[in-house]
Amino acid sequence: MTEGIPFNVPFLAVAALIGIAFYIIVSQRNMIKLVLGLSILASGVNLFLITLGYRKGGIAPIYTHAPEGIMVLPVPQALTLTSIVIAVATLALMLSMVVHIYRHTGSTDSEKSRIMKG
Amino acid sequence: MSKIVRTMANILILFVLTFSLYIIMHGHLTPGGGFQGGAVFASGIALLIVAFGSDNIHKSLKEHHLSILESSGALIFIGLAFGGLATVFFYNFLVGSPIFGHIPPAGPNSGDLWTGGVIPFMNLAVGLKVLAGLSAILLVMALATTTMEVEE
Amino acid sequence: MANLIIHSPILIIAIPLLVAFLTPLIGRASGKARDVLVVASLAFVEFLVIILARDIYLNGLRVYTLGALSPDLTIPENYIVPIRIILEADSMSIFMAIITATVSLAAAIYSLSFMKEETGQDRFYTLLLLLAVGMFGMELTGDLFNLFVFLEIASIAGAALAAFRTRFADTAEGGFKYIVISSVAALMVLLAIGLFYAQYNLINIGALAHVMQYTMLDKIALVLLVTAFMMKLAAVPLHMWCPDTYSVAPAGITIMLVVASYACLYALFRTCFTLYGVCLNLTTVGWIVIIFGLLSMFIGVTMAVFQTDIKRLMAYHCISQTGYMLLGIGVGLAVLDNPEALNAYGIAAMDGGIFHIINNALYKGLLFLTAGALFYRTGTRDLNKMGGLAHKMKWTTIFYIIGALSISGIPPSNGFASKLLIYESVYQFNPILAIVAMITSILTLASFTKAFYSAFMGAELPEYQEVREVPKSMIAGMAILAAGIIFFSLFPGLVVDRLAQPATNALINRGVYINGIMGGGG
Repeated sequence: MTEGIPFNVPFLAVAALIGIAFYIIVSQRNMIKLVLGLSILASGVNLFLITLGYRKGGIAPIYTHAPEGIMVLPVPQALTLTSIVIAVATLALMLSMVVHIYRHTGSTDSEKSRIMKG
Repeated sequence: MSKIVRTMANILILFVLTFSLYIIMHGHLTPGGGFQGGAVFASGIALLIVAFGSDNIHKSLKEHHLSILESSGALIFIGLAFGGLATVFFYNFLVGSPIFGHIPPAGPNSGDLWTGGVIPFMNLAVGLKVLAGLSAILLVMALATTTMEVEE
Repeated sequence: MANLIIHSPILIIAIPLLVAFLTPLIGRASGKARDVLVVASLAFVEFLVIILARDIYLNGLRVYTLGALSPDLTIPENYIVPIRIILEADSMSIFMAIITATVSLAAAIYSLSFMKEETGQDRFYTLLLLLAVGMFGMELTGDLFNLFVFLEIASIAGAALAAFRTRFADTAEGGFKYIVISSVAALMVLLAIGLFYAQYNLINIGALAHVMQYTMLDKIALVLLVTAFMMKLAAVPLHMWCPDTYSVAPAGITIMLVVASYACLYALFRTCFTLYGVCLNLTTVGWIVIIFGLLSMFIGVTMAVFQTDIKRLMAYHCISQTGYMLLGIGVGLAVLDNPEALNAYGIAAMDGGIFHIINNALYKGLLFLTAGALFYRTGTRDLNKMGGLAHKMKWTTIFYIIGALSISGIPPSNGFASKLLIYESVYQFNPILAIVAMITSILTLASFTKAFYSAFMGAELPEYQEVREVPKSMIAGMAILAAGIIFFSLFPGLVVDRLAQPATNALINRGVYINGIMGGGG
């Protein structure tokens, strides 16, 4: 399975995800779409962390009933897990704030519901 | 939701909860652990909320019970970390002792549940905290969207 | 006692964490017990920070390895790189920890009365202690990924606290801006950590500094880290979130958010001085930090002059004071490899910048607390509606005068001492920078005089007839910070020699930091 795909494809996917996410965060006015853009950015960075640990022909880094072969790096997988947990908590917090903004101003458009200026 | 959905949710929730407990308990041998098992449990709660409606679930599962569960999960985790303070904080003081104290051979092995020292207990504590926290988030957000009016 | 000093780096982080999760359980039983527990735990942490600081100034830096057989076993037998999470406390980290402990204690005592009418107070104190844990963790850790985790903890707790009073219409907007900016900054830090791990297989700061070669990927990581920390510091041009968030947060929380951005300033200095050090292209990176500092100083104070909301005015001043710190340390960074320039003015510039951090935390904190006291009694933050409050609120007026004299740099306050150090040393580097700094100081004095006249002077207004002085715990919180300002104003030389000078030495000599990790062994 790993012979057909060139080595760089996951890194190109990371670059595409991060680029699309920054475009969404900068240009979208709807607050929920902005939160989704942040979620895509988190996915891109997590994919980068896992991909950098891959070793060619490697097996999963689990000792229980492990087959022969070289193992991929386990430390980036632990870092990615922590990052996913933090992203879940942040996402819940951001969505609750959007709910409160909607309750007070009646719209999720960031231009119409802006109270503080200057 | 219709009768088919409610009946299937009643049957499936048992399997979901058992699977989540399995993932939490075997965290030191196979992929999984505290957060993953807690997230599976919360997805089971999401299944119940979708099938029965959040008002019905709110009659039996209240947020302040979940808050007590969450705090006790965190306290067990930090208490176990303080337990190793005789040597160093977070020291694994149960390795070699009768509780979860086997020392497995290095390298590929066939996986023994009774190893790991303090790690299975910490997995349980984290699993408790995550399932309480994520279920509370789901429940509160589902309740909030049923009573959504605009106030100035 | 010696045992307490050995374990104190982790106890400083773990005790507020433990009490943060005890608070909901005890708060159900009785509110008074919870208040006493929170204040007692923060006072104990202040005591631990002081005894650890004394030990570090006498004996050098202290290392703590979590989970090893003994606290300073960083590299066990048969290993060549350090393993496990390692906490490393040197003079610069403990300097920041002293600021964090003092401001957290003042904020907790102040919030006992300020938040009395709100619901959900259990969660407020849990989040306040978690914000303190995040700040202590960022300052005491020796590991880049641990820095990321504590940065996220502090951001989430800070944003939830800023948006805490959901009955007002604008608090959720301020909290939303804070969490979006913090989230993007933290993800950029994580990307930089991935770039480091991919090349060197290490995430420990000391070990990375030991093997750093300045490749192209390291330059990309430097850009990501500097941009991410500048976003969190509210340096111009990434400052748009700062006035909104600082004005809607409750007053005790605003001062903790200010100290949280100084913890990110500390992380920026760790990256530039210890992680990269002399491998960098020092002139370029130093001048970039100086330009950020100049822009922040000037744009912050010019935007502040015409504000009508008192907390928004103070938030813009916070941006401009951050510019002073960046200017001082940037000058030190630009001459790091030039020994005679370093001895002539570089070390003095860095001393001034670092002394300015603790001064700013104290007097900016005091000013925000007085603004909170005005809001508590009058219900408004608008300067046009307030007037003549000096007749009724005497203690608040005195504290405001102390804070305003310090921030404008009037002798003999401590603000004057740190600004003089910065002016004298930066003038020798480049005269234009010192002139911009002095103009900023004059404009600062102008805007605070205007705010004082609008809020406190003038005749009494009829709608404020029954306004009285604020409750005692709020006065106690403000008094802690005012006592610090008066002490630093009376003995500035002592503070610079004992506190700021060792911190500067710790930043300049990165070899000592690296040796603490790589040289440690069983």
